[in-house]
Amino acid sequence: MWLIRFLDNMLTVALIIVPIAAAVLIMALSRQVAKNIALFATLAELVISLVALYQFNSAMGTQYVFTKSWISSLGIAFSVGMDGISLLLVLLTTVLMPGIILSTFNDNSKPASFYSLMLLMQGALVGVFVAQDGFLFYLFWEIALIPIYFICLNWGGENRGKITLKFFIYTLTGSLLMLVALIFLYSKTPGTHTFALSALYEAGRSLDLPHQTFVFACMFLAFAIKMPVFPLHTWQPDTYTVAPVQGTLLLSAIMLKMGVYGVIRWLIPMVPLAVKEWGMTALILSVIGIIYASCIAIVQKDFKRLIAYSSIAHVGLISAGTLTLTTIGLQGAMIQMISHGVVVFGLFYIVEIVFARTQTREIGRLGGIRNVAPALSTSFFIILLSSVALPFTSGFVGEFLLINSLVQYQLWVGGIAGLTIILGAVYMFRTFQKTMSGETNTLTSQITDLATHEKLVLYPIVLLILLLGVFPKPLLDISATAVNNLLSIYSDLSASVK
Amino acid sequence: MSVNTMILFIPLLPLLGFTLIALTQRRITRGTAAWVGCTTVFVSFIFSIILFVKLLNGAEPFTASFFTWISAGNFKSDFSLLVDPLSSLMLLIITGVGFLIHVYSVGYMWEDEGVNRFFSYLNLFVFFMLMLVMGSNYLLMYVGWEGVGLCSYLLIGFWFKNQSYNDAANKAFIMNRVGDLGLILGVILIFINFGSISYAEVFPKVTEGSTALTLITILLFVGAMGKSAQIPLYTWLPDAMAGPTPVSALIHAATMVTAGVYMVARNNILYSLSPVSMELVLIIGLATALFAATIALAQNDIKKVLAYSTVSQLGLMFVALGVGAYASGIFHMATHAFFKALLFLGAGSVIHALHHEQDIRQMGGLKKYIPVTFFTFLIGVLAISGIPPFAGFFSKDDILAKAFEHNQVAWAIAALASLLTSFYMFRLLFLTFYGKTRASEHTLHHVHESPASMTLPLIVLAVLSTIGGLMGVPELFGGGNWIAKFTAPVFARSHKLLPEHQLSHSTEYILMGLIITFTLVVIGMAYRRYISQAHVPASEGATLSPLHKTIYHKYYVDEIYNAIIVKPLYAIGKLFDIVIEKSGIDRLVNLVSESLNDWSVLSARLQTGHVGFYIFIMVIGVVLVVAYSFFR
Repeated sequence: MWLIRFLDNMLTVALIIVPIAAAVLIMALSRQVAKNIALFATLAELVISLVALYQFNSAMGTQYVFTKSWISSLGIAFSVGMDGISLLLVLLTTVLMPGIILSTFNDNSKPASFYSLMLLMQGALVGVFVAQDGFLFYLFWEIALIPIYFICLNWGGENRGKITLKFFIYTLTGSLLMLVALIFLYSKTPGTHTFALSALYEAGRSLDLPHQTFVFACMFLAFAIKMPVFPLHTWQPDTYTVAPVQGTLLLSAIMLKMGVYGVIRWLIPMVPLAVKEWGMTALILSVIGIIYASCIAIVQKDFKRLIAYSSIAHVGLISAGTLTLTTIGLQGAMIQMISHGVVVFGLFYIVEIVFARTQTREIGRLGGIRNVAPALSTSFFIILLSSVALPFTSGFVGEFLLINSLVQYQLWVGGIAGLTIILGAVYMFRTFQKTMSGETNTLTSQITDLATHEKLVLYPIVLLILLLGVFPKPLLDISATAVNNLLSIYSDLSASVK
Repeated sequence: MSVNTMILFIPLLPLLGFTLIALTQRRITRGTAAWVGCTTVFVSFIFSIILFVKLLNGAEPFTASFFTWISAGNFKSDFSLLVDPLSSLMLLIITGVGFLIHVYSVGYMWEDEGVNRFFSYLNLFVFFMLMLVMGSNYLLMYVGWEGVGLCSYLLIGFWFKNQSYNDAANKAFIMNRVGDLGLILGVILIFINFGSISYAEVFPKVTEGSTALTLITILLFVGAMGKSAQIPLYTWLPDAMAGPTPVSALIHAATMVTAGVYMVARNNILYSLSPVSMELVLIIGLATALFAATIALAQNDIKKVLAYSTVSQLGLMFVALGVGAYASGIFHMATHAFFKALLFLGAGSVIHALHHEQDIRQMGGLKKYIPVTFFTFLIGVLAISGIPPFAGFFSKDDILAKAFEHNQVAWAIAALASLLTSFYMFRLLFLTFYGKTRASEHTLHHVHESPASMTLPLIVLAVLSTIGGLMGVPELFGGGNWIAKFTAPVFARSHKLLPEHQLSHSTEYILMGLIITFTLVVIGMAYRRYISQAHVPASEGATLSPLHKTIYHKYYVDEIYNAIIVKPLYAIGKLFDIVIEKSGIDRLVNLVSESLNDWSVLSARLQTGHVGFYIFIMVIGVVLVVAYSFFR
């Protein structure tokens, strides 16, 4: 009995350690063996996370807690645990990682270090989502940046040096601001000071508005750069486009959720007064980003860049919905993060499949792929439907809840954000028409349909999209309690005002 | 079989059919695909009849809940289906006419290499259409609403190698999405104002008009404008004729485009309490009915004429809704489903016979070559022109009478639209089937009557178009107006709110006589022009009078939309991308990093390596510290 309890408590730790240990292990191995072990490790990780899901009690708050004092003189502890919000994002990571490894299956150019970096990345991402200690959170946040930097730098496309450096400096600037805010909060904790999440919450909430505003500004900048929110997004299209596909998948499908997660876990409950004061500004910026990025996506000629801009638009909606501070908005944000992860993964992977066969990403040079690769084009079409939020696909549930929360916030804000329904259809259907429909040309007539390993990646995504679209409730249930706990501070706040 | 199972299977069967065909389409024969496609819809039709009979015998409306679809906070949407008189009628039309069109497609699409794919899309369409009318809450209706839009997209662009067809498909989807945005905002506002999105919970809570209710009904109607092709969102429908003709009959005439009519009728209580929205519905309906009818006068593509006619007839249905005659709108929707599906399928039979010729200037004299098609088409024309005793007469007359009660001007406009309808429909009939044939020798040589799978549905629909009016024979003729009585429970509260002041019988007779007389005059005019004078519309490139030219070019609305919406949208995209993004924001970001470089150069200059300089700085520092502590 105690063994089971012990193992339960170790689940979260295992989720962090398994990929990192595997990363170290494979560093010195040959590339083929490294690839296989990496795939195995991510699958093992998936199994662990499914065990966590199976035993998870959705009526309760943070579970699978593990706390051990680490640098006690500074009040830093290795403290991890998962509530529904963390669990969902951990699941997103563990479900997508095997797919990312599988996407390299007919590419033997990548050395063992490539897989090592990806596994390290996974460990850090999980760490970010489960950390219950401010310092630990910051640590994982920074560690996550290092592998992706090298992945993009070493295996990226043209101009990668300059673009990757820009990305690195941009996000590092944000993280440093976050560090400043965390240390400031730390200094406001009572006694010998601690980085424990709950203590930082207490410290943040007891601050007056100007100080809360300071914390808000530092932290929001860090998170907004990561997502990215307009106008801090200009690193994103270049980086996404130049990164190797695995890098793009990591960045877009999982890593940007760090930003949204940061807002949900480390901002909204931390400095409620400032969130109430400045949330509107941040929300409006997010909504501007939706329209702005959608309009730019319409005129893109590069397939990958187009998806990159569409991602900015979708994240803008998630961020805006989160900042409404309503259950519907936050639940919408949670399910949309999962859906966006799955969908953007599928879209970028499709771009890569087409690129690998034609050596071009220029939409104007493609066309007619439907004639020669029906499985490819059908998969693309279903993923596209989720991207434009067609009901009974995963994209609809989140988008509806998010727009719903925004209309509740302000009708006109919801109306403007809702334009994504139209604009999304404009750029996605245009892309489908230009790439997949029509007659084949000399370039596209040679395209072969999906290979087995590509089907292994894409079909589960397609299935997941339909499954989550028709039965989203189990997923919504997982995060419901956590979201309510998180927002309780606001209902208390408004109650005390009344 | 329990009622709940039956209700579930009505939409589920076509979905299963779709899944089956879609997953195995490259392995099964076209015969199997056709069989699966037709059978699933037919069984749904049988179930629909059973439920209909139960309702007819006085059963209460059925609601069947299956699972909770979405729940977040206080928002909840169940997967729950409703069969009441209104949706039951819709079910009969969708599965009944749908089945006939499936059968017709077997003949029409047999030679097409994508026939299996075609049947899978048709089945998927039927599924979503059934969801639309069976959903017991707004969100499920929205599922069907968007889903039929998707199928419409897939079927308009069915021949996807042709990029102009794909353009039409994209246009249809995007224009519908404009409406969908209105609809979904309306649904969200309903949730905010009434705390629920289930019909059963919302309707009782709607007891008085308010600004919010007016806004809600207008937003919902924006959705109807998109789906039911009303001004200003109608231009996609004529383009949608790019799809195979059975699609035009099923989706773009009989079922999908009437979704807006269904939706407004479903929400009748909301509209009855919002006089402003009712006026809007009426005005848009009248404008569309007349506007589209004038365009149809000058079109030469057999399907385009029918498409504009559909737009116009839908306008007429909205006129009925706008004056509060909900049952009349539904009545006309039903008869229209019969005769418009008939006309489209007839047109398809003509196109089939002439090997894909759609231009009526290349037809003529086909009467003797394809007699069954001609005869059934004639019935369709008589029905839509409102000649008694065909179906269209009763439903159209019902609407006109109700419009007259409401407002004589509305009546005059609607009557004018119907007269124009008679003219262009007889023009179409005469140019296609009468006179000397203008088709080439070669084409004529191959002209043949369509196979039985195509003519049988034509005959059945012709029978329905003949006797369909019996559903709503008015009191005037000793009828019981069955359809009004059957749907009365759905519209009960609205009827209390909007009491009808019945026209006197003599007024009704006069109006009816007037319309019939004028219709006959108009038909005579068409006869004189196209038969006696054997007039043939001017060929491409001929100079037309300014008015004729404007109508021929559909008032240039497409061009105007292109200039004021499409082009500016792309221009904005370019502006954002090139000016704001690249030379604005990104430039600024780079500037910040470059200025940091400059600062570091500046601070690097301090490190000169001269010990004297360092000592000098140190001394100044010490002096400042001392001075500071001294003056503090």
